Amino acid sequence: MTQTGAPALPDGLVVVVKRECETCTMVAPLLGEFATVVYTQDDPTFPDPTATLDSDLSFSWHHDIETVPTLIRVTGGVEVDRTVGWVRDEWRRITGLAGLGEELPPFRPGCGSMSVDPDRADALRARFGGHTLKSRRLELAELDDEMELMFERGFTDGLPVVPPTEERVLRMLQGTSRAAHEIVAVVPPDLVEVTVEKVAINAVMAGCKPEYLPWVIAALEAVCTDEFNMHGVLATTMPVGPVIVCNGPGTRAIGMNSEGNALGQGNRANLTIGRAVQLIVRNIGGGRPGEVDRATHGNPGKLSFCFAEREHDSPFSSLAASRGLSATTDAVTVFAGEGPRCIVDQKVRTAPELANVFAACLKAMHNPKLVLAFDAILVVGPEHARVCADAGWDRARLLAELHERLQFPGSELVWGAGGIADGIPTHLRDVTLPKFRPDGILLVHAGGGAGLFSAMIGGWANGEIGSQPVTKEVTR
Amino acid sequence: MTRILLDPTSERSVPHREQLARPAHLRGQVVGLLDITKPRGDVFLDRLEQLLIGAGAKVLRYKKPTFTKPAPVDLRQQIATQCTLVIEALAD
Repeated sequence: MTQTGAPALPDGLVVVVKRECETCTMVAPLLGEFATVVYTQDDPTFPDPTATLDSDLSFSWHHDIETVPTLIRVTGGVEVDRTVGWVRDEWRRITGLAGLGEELPPFRPGCGSMSVDPDRADALRARFGGHTLKSRRLELAELDDEMELMFERGFTDGLPVVPPTEERVLRMLQGTSRAAHEIVAVVPPDLVEVTVEKVAINAVMAGCKPEYLPWVIAALEAVCTDEFNMHGVLATTMPVGPVIVCNGPGTRAIGMNSEGNALGQGNRANLTIGRAVQLIVRNIGGGRPGEVDRATHGNPGKLSFCFAEREHDSPFSSLAASRGLSATTDAVTVFAGEGPRCIVDQKVRTAPELANVFAACLKAMHNPKLVLAFDAILVVGPEHARVCADAGWDRARLLAELHERLQFPGSELVWGAGGIADGIPTHLRDVTLPKFRPDGILLVHAGGGAGLFSAMIGGWANGEIGSQPVTKEVTR
Repeated sequence: MTRILLDPTSERSVPHREQLARPAHLRGQVVGLLDITKPRGDVFLDRLEQLLIGAGAKVLRYKKPTFTKPAPVDLRQQIATQCTLVIEALAD
């Protein structure tokens, strides 16, 4: 159970110690030389029986004791000075005793406080800080299976989730500097305000580490914009969901995968960041299959589809940089996309040949006769990218070459042409039309070092009537 | 020991709403037809309009700017103030 209220600081000098610490043992004889209140963390007889035992570590936790010994001066109930470990000059200054500890060395570092012991910290945070969490508590009965309860309540995406205990949620919240009660976004389709705390709960369930939380928040902010149109992405019968492309040095720091199997399984950060976003859309926004989500088939990426761009050896500027951010900025770009499909050309050796096969495959996206309606992500694999690098083709050049190859006469695209019913209205027979709008191909470099393959991810209704890619900076 | 989990949902309980009583007849009713702008939705609504007028109703036609997003608030308020009944034509 959570408790509130910090134990008061007694006026004068206060020292916190534990017997297990050799520096505390060293300074113990000095504590009789001045008037002080001593709190002991482990042994009520140390340094002598007048010490107050901080048995539940409440005093230490509330007063941020990270090191023992800690010496504090208190005036009117308020801390006015503090030193940690043994720094002789500091102890002399704070106690006002010029000759204190003459026989001791001038400096000796202290030991870790029991209140920050990794084995205890989560439980203490929940015990003393849990009252800061506002979410409704779900109390489990003795015989309840917590994993089954999460399924029964409809909280999961069909896979097991990590039970969101107070300890885990408070630990998750350490991953951001934002306050737990702060509103992150208004989540479609129910248009519900979501707090950092609710994001953290769902991030725990998804399996995130605290350092992933800022990425989840940024992706969620991007998804919950009018431009991205999450309501429509849910409601459509097409098989799309948020595809999250991550950029910046932070992707390496949190261990994201941009290399072999980047779009697949096996990497915790990739999988759980995308999953957390989808769980929030489900649990907070109310976007569930069979309800507002009307997808005819869906796709496995609707569980999670999140990966990092392979930036260190890319011949292209990064996706985030192409969308106006600096190369050193951590960022997410969200795109309403289906599952990836492979583009194979193991014979290609020249950049024009590569552009030819990319264009041929991109033309077929969704329907070879539907143009300008959908955007795409083109994930160029490293071996294909090397062909571009050898030819000196950068991002702009490859995209220009693709757009040049993706122009088609209206006569081939009109309804019924080629024996295919769908296409464009008959009155457009005499115009030439591009498959993609000018910024309709999002180029990303990712994948393993072996394999002359790339991948394409088809989009959904684009532009103002549908969904537009959105890029957001990741902030801690 | 009691185990506690935190609720991951919006904690909104959806209030139960009673359906309005069906009108006894269509004569004199003002029926709004909301076209969500999916292809050929207008064909379906044109036919509905004929049938409704035949039954004595007055018909007003409305259109969403895009089928991918909910109807804007202004449009919803316009329909609510001008009509006694509304038919929103869903696609697919």
